[in-house]
Amino acid sequence: MAAATDTQNLVAPPARVDFVGIGYAVVLSILIIFPLLVVGTWAFTDVWRYPNVVPQQFGLRFWNQTLTRADVWSALWLSLQLSTVVTLLSAAICLPAAYAFARMKFPGRNVLFFSFLAGHAFPKFGLLVAIAAIFLQLNLIGTFWGVVLIQLVGTLLFMIWIPVAAFQSVDRRMEEAARDVGASPLRVFWSITLPQAGPTIAAAILLSFVGTFYETEGAWLIGAPGIRTMPVLMITFINNQIVVQYGAVLSVLLWVPSFIALLFARRVIGGGAFARGFGA
Amino acid sequence: MAKLDITGISKIFNTVRAVDDFSLNVEDGELVCLLGPSGSGKSTLLRMIGGFETPTYGSISIDGEDITRLPPEKRPTGMVFQSHALWSHMNVFKNIAFGLKLRRLPQAEIRHKVETVLDLVGLQGFGKRLTHQLSGGQQQRVALARSLVLEPKILLLDEPFASLDQHLRERLREEVRDIQQRLKITTLFVTHAQDEALAVSDRIVVMRDGRSEQIARPAEVYREPATPFVAGFIGQMNLLNGEVRDGRFVHSAFNVPVTIAEGNAILAVRPEALAIAPASSEPMGHIHRVTDYGTHAMIDVELPDGERLKSSMPTADEWSSGQPVDLVPGAFALYRDNAVIYRSSRSNPASSAAPRKIRKPVHV
Repeated sequence: MAAATDTQNLVAPPARVDFVGIGYAVVLSILIIFPLLVVGTWAFTDVWRYPNVVPQQFGLRFWNQTLTRADVWSALWLSLQLSTVVTLLSAAICLPAAYAFARMKFPGRNVLFFSFLAGHAFPKFGLLVAIAAIFLQLNLIGTFWGVVLIQLVGTLLFMIWIPVAAFQSVDRRMEEAARDVGASPLRVFWSITLPQAGPTIAAAILLSFVGTFYETEGAWLIGAPGIRTMPVLMITFINNQIVVQYGAVLSVLLWVPSFIALLFARRVIGGGAFARGFGA
Repeated sequence: MAKLDITGISKIFNTVRAVDDFSLNVEDGELVCLLGPSGSGKSTLLRMIGGFETPTYGSISIDGEDITRLPPEKRPTGMVFQSHALWSHMNVFKNIAFGLKLRRLPQAEIRHKVETVLDLVGLQGFGKRLTHQLSGGQQQRVALARSLVLEPKILLLDEPFASLDQHLRERLREEVRDIQQRLKITTLFVTHAQDEALAVSDRIVVMRDGRSEQIARPAEVYREPATPFVAGFIGQMNLLNGEVRDGRFVHSAFNVPVTIAEGNAILAVRPEALAIAPASSEPMGHIHRVTDYGTHAMIDVELPDGERLKSSMPTADEWSSGQPVDLVPGAFALYRDNAVIYRSSRSNPASSAAPRKIRKPVHV
């Protein structure tokens, strides 16, 4: 029968391998992963001398040495304190402001809204040096609150723009429906607006925390010499120490907050919120 | 169950009069439909009753109590929005229970009420579902349940079925009408779909540009429209501009006896009241298009001066494009200055079963 012959003659289409795509993927992976590999290897190395591709001797000696240093632990503790304080302050100031920007019309609203771009529109060091001069007059150099202030400025853009998008995307009819069933405006904000905007705002808070933790130039310029955060310490090690491993160990240590943040982000936020936060 | 009194309500946005001096009295247990094209002010009016807009002038009372300045949460009204506006971060049970929780009712009573109302709208056992797990029709039912569970005095429905397909719309509106009649709840229903209005309402308010054109029962609105706009908006209608002279309405296609004063007038005749007959000599027009709707055929007739009229005939079989025909009008009405001035009476031979050909038209 013709049908039987057709079935017998059917051949699976030849598998098409996207060599170009695979090639790009491999090259990019190497470019991204290779430096990480190098740092990671150095962190677990006791001895590594040229011309070996692989360390002569692996070991955890430098982990021991790094983690027993008092300045490492105080830097870590300081970084955590700074990040927490900055994030909380930022949330307290920026969330109500974001609500106002999102829902209210007032004179100068647009100018004010776009003014938050200003801090990121100029070379950072130029800004920092100018600010440091002012802080010097105010006796804020080398103090905890001086660093808090400078890092706070860095968070303003995300903590305003992302929550504004979050509040704007809350369906107004949902809020009206809540008032229709008897909720006061405050209750509507608490029970409807905040939960609807919540995931996106959580994304912004997370970005702020992690961003502040890693913030280096501000902490360095304003905080020196009394305030030394983890990233600043790491840079000091890398620049001033002949032994590479101290810097490598700290670098690896500093991946940890970022990794935890990513895990949290996936759980709390899910796919669309970041994109929604930026207006997708 | 309550009376709603709307007196002289106007809403002005900058210079636009969205609602213009509107008044209406809705009786206890009545379902009144606000019908009109987009921009007629019907949704704005509904939102003012619900408390989401403040009237510029006028007052609204429920059972004699003035609620014009009350915020939405204090009004005894329940609104069902077009987009259902269910809270997506809560499941079906919590959506319906939210209003009851605000009133600090005990848990057991809340559970009982929610289950009763889910039963009422045909969604037993749906409590744990999330809103995005429901179909469009189910979502609207939950929105309705959310309003009904609070036993509002006035139920407000803002084009609730606009986003549903035809069959579902028809089914849901019958269900809503049943529930409304069973609970005897005074209801205001906004729609731009006249079939919906004609099907479910006790009375229809036809709105245009913020004003009411006619407030009457569906049959009256259909058979005796008060203005040319209502005549043209409800169902299909042929509207012809002509003149009344020497006791006759005169137009290139028509020449019918009328007993009113001379002057300009608009003649309105429904397609089902305008029959056509094959022409012998000097036809009044030619068939432009025949559309077969299954239950009837709609025939577009083109007049010599270019005007087109629609005629509804039982079948499409005998008619074809280009065929010369004569028009045989049955019941018609005349309008002047936006009001009815003449209706051909039932005893008029023009509307009897046997179609009678009218005299040859006088060319004006």
